[in-house]
Amino acid sequence: MITPSKKEIDKIVFSVLSPEKIRKMSATRIITPDTYDEDGFPIEMGLMDTRLGIIEPGLRCKTCGQRVKDCPGHFGHIELAMPVIHVGFAKMIYAILKSTCRGCGHLLLDEKEIKRLKGLHEKIVERGENTSYLIKEVVKRTGKVSACPHCGRDKLKVEFDKPTTFREGGHKMTPAEVREWLEKVSEALGDNLRLLDINPKVARPEWMVLTVLPVPPVTTRPSITLETGERSEDDLTHKLVDIIRINQRLQENRDAGAPQLIVEDLWELLQYHVTTYFDNQTSGIPPARHRSGRALKTLAQRLKGKEGRFRSNLSGKRVNFSARTVISPDPNISINEVGVPIKIARELTVPVRVTPLNIEEMRELVKRGTNPKPPIGVTYIPGVNYIIRPDDRRIKVTDENAETVAERLEVGSIIERQLQNGDIVLFNRQPSLHRMSMMAHKVRVLPYRTFRLNLAVCPPYNADFDGDEMNMHVLQTEEARAEAEILMKVQEHILSPRFGGAIIGAIHDHISGCFLLTYKNREFSRDEAIYILSAAGYKGAVKGSMKGKEIFSRVLPPELNLEYTAKACIGCEKCLKEKCPYDAYVIIKNGKLITGAIDEKSIGSFKGEILEYIARKFGNDAAREFIDRVTKLSVAAIMIIGFTTGIDDEDIPEEASLQIREQLDKATEKIQQFIKAYNEGELEQIPGRSLEETLEMEIMRVTGRARDYTGEIASKHLGMDNSAVIMARSGARGSMLNLSQMAGCVGQQAVRGERIHRGYGGRTLPHFKKGDLGAQAKGFVSSSYKRGLNPTEYFFHSMGGREGLVDTAVRTSRSGYMQRRLVNALENIKLERDGTVRATSGEVIQFVYGEDGIEPMKSIKGKATSISLLLKEVEHE
Amino acid sequence: MKKEDIQKHELVPSHIILKKEEVEKLLKTYHITKAQLPRILIDDPVVVAIGAKEGDVLKIIRKSPTAGISVSYRVVSKAVL
Ligand SMILES: [Mg+2]
Ligand SMILES: [Zn+2]
Ligand SMILES: [Zn+2]
Ligand SMILES: [Zn+2]
Repeated sequence: MITPSKKEIDKIVFSVLSPEKIRKMSATRIITPDTYDEDGFPIEMGLMDTRLGIIEPGLRCKTCGQRVKDCPGHFGHIELAMPVIHVGFAKMIYAILKSTCRGCGHLLLDEKEIKRLKGLHEKIVERGENTSYLIKEVVKRTGKVSACPHCGRDKLKVEFDKPTTFREGGHKMTPAEVREWLEKVSEALGDNLRLLDINPKVARPEWMVLTVLPVPPVTTRPSITLETGERSEDDLTHKLVDIIRINQRLQENRDAGAPQLIVEDLWELLQYHVTTYFDNQTSGIPPARHRSGRALKTLAQRLKGKEGRFRSNLSGKRVNFSARTVISPDPNISINEVGVPIKIARELTVPVRVTPLNIEEMRELVKRGTNPKPPIGVTYIPGVNYIIRPDDRRIKVTDENAETVAERLEVGSIIERQLQNGDIVLFNRQPSLHRMSMMAHKVRVLPYRTFRLNLAVCPPYNADFDGDEMNMHVLQTEEARAEAEILMKVQEHILSPRFGGAIIGAIHDHISGCFLLTYKNREFSRDEAIYILSAAGYKGAVKGSMKGKEIFSRVLPPELNLEYTAKACIGCEKCLKEKCPYDAYVIIKNGKLITGAIDEKSIGSFKGEILEYIARKFGNDAAREFIDRVTKLSVAAIMIIGFTTGIDDEDIPEEASLQIREQLDKATEKIQQFIKAYNEGELEQIPGRSLEETLEMEIMRVTGRARDYTGEIASKHLGMDNSAVIMARSGARGSMLNLSQMAGCVGQQAVRGERIHRGYGGRTLPHFKKGDLGAQAKGFVSSSYKRGLNPTEYFFHSMGGREGLVDTAVRTSRSGYMQRRLVNALENIKLERDGTVRATSGEVIQFVYGEDGIEPMKSIKGKATSISLLLKEVEHE
Repeated sequence: MKKEDIQKHELVPSHIILKKEEVEKLLKTYHITKAQLPRILIDDPVVVAIGAKEGDVLKIIRKSPTAGISVSYRVVSKAVL
């Protein structure tokens, strides 16, 4: 068991390790690049020395005497034959070299200026602000000096060649020379090192040039034994082997008095290895590679980026009590529920404490074992997987021991019970872009292997069923469950804080169904009415045949009063209101639908007026009940009425096809006229545009109008008896534009908002003459999707389509990163109880939240109240 | 060139220097210290125009798309560098 530490962290100081410190904390010096001997035992003073900690069970650590589990591992060290630059400090070293004198080590500033900067430094510290900006100021000021004000030595230009080379006056400095310089600096500056953002108590500049290299414990770079018995070493170990090898050769050559050139080459090689050991993605040098060609993952790579230690292991962790599987729809469960496969329910558990009150019940539960057989007529009953006894011992329940464990069950134990109907879980779909991406559901254990969810909750999760997977988390404490139920349950999120309207609501066939049910008040026989209403859970009586609007009214709250234009409204010049010929003016009086067809604007997600009003006026319970009922009602209705769509929905009569042809021919002719006028120089120029631009704009206008005309002709022949039109007009799916592209003409294809002009010299494709400016040659698709595109049209269409794909791909990655930066910047900002918005230490960001103090979720489309709505309400009373 | 009075520009909200008592009252109502107020630089053109000094608290009355009129406060402070 882990014993909690009794020490409390007061502060953390970051510093630079001194060579002495590295030696002091080292368990052993490492001198040989070999790891194991022939018997597979770690070699003394090798990289796997048992003094660095142990990774094999059974052995004891030579440093601390503990076994694998308890030994934390210990550092070793390598004595470098020659010093090398630490890449991580290269920039800092550059700043120091630039601002100090090589002769005496002083700052290249006179006493007066140094004093001024010191005063500034104190002020910054006093304010508790970041002192790191000061070094920039120091470097800027010393840049103007030409000679040392202290010893008079001429200042030579210091250059920095990334990643680790420094030059003074064009001469390359060895790391040893750099270190000497830095030594002088720490000697001369003393406490003034603070002006260079260095705390002289914990760091000295010369320590940024390494003479001793710490070797991390083996526990941080464990070797793995493959199935073949072969040992595979960690990337860090590989890199350390390289360093030791070169270090050895360098030492031998230097001691033997080898030529300067050879020593320098080896020295540079050592620098390369040490650099890549720290960061194998240092720009300017090739990354060190594995024998297989894979780039090695060294220290920086372990920490950096999405897969690095911080983002992957510290900010984010793998969790227990969670499950992930494919989702599929289930219109029969409530929006508050989630269908959980039996297999998952048996794996995930809820801890239940055994008390004198529930011990008998718990005993029965434990007796069932892990895979209880449900009684006839029931598909699932929960069992128990584990028991945690009062002495913290964990006992696995099996079919064999279930009886005896149940007998011995005592008060104070915790049993880990399998999921059962009604348990609260969190349900989530990535990317989690808003708070509705993770909501609390109640469990419904169901057969088969997918998570089931109500279709009305697809919009907030942005889920569909083409293979989407979702995650589920089982809450483990009473507080968490209470919080989730009160704050996170689906019904608490029907109104979105994003726009103050309903985000959860009907989609697709739910909308078609309600529209068909209510449009022009269709009549239903008594049997049909009973079928539809009973599906919606209606309990009242049905006396005889019923009108669609009457049926729909039965799921409305009796006190509901509303008036608005439906989605189907085409915006007539003078609205006839209740006499609207398109049945697009909705009036609901005292819970009765008087006029208007129910469509997207009434019950759809993002738009549903009825949903929004019920949620605000009658509460979330009523809204949840309404959504559950109305979706079931519409599914029953659409099944009674019958609904299908196919390509023959886009069939248009011969005469309409001829009309469309005619229109297209006219358009082509008109374009030819424009081109002719252009060629003859008679085209009237639009102010502020070139002649070419004018021509393009005129042509684009003609092609745009041509598509609209053909669409109009097509839709004139596609009436409200057409399924595709019903879907488009009610807002269930598709648009009239989609329809006219299928039945009429696809229209002009564009890349970057212009007619297609790229391709071959002077033409888009070899099918056309050079310089052809006509409609067909520049990407006008006169065919319809139904008729089919000819090869050139198909090609232009692909060009336009490709642009769309690239745009979405670029947009999602860019907006994802933008979101990440926003969240990181804003995550600490909080709305306080006094209505102010504050940062962590109480700094005021806004004196009133959003300047008006309005909670968007409780607002009416962002406003505190709606006067027109209030007036309507008063009117009804 | 004639120097324009920037305070007359429609995009510049009105900045008013608070009296000492008003500042105290403000800090008391929000239970904050001056350091927790939003800051405005001493060389900000408006600060120069109204002649506020370091440590003064300005009341700013802005037009707001959500609230119509919104009131905020900023303390005049010196830049570090
Ligand atoms: Mg999908
Ligand atoms: Zn140890
Ligand atoms: Zn000097
Ligand atoms: Zn109308």
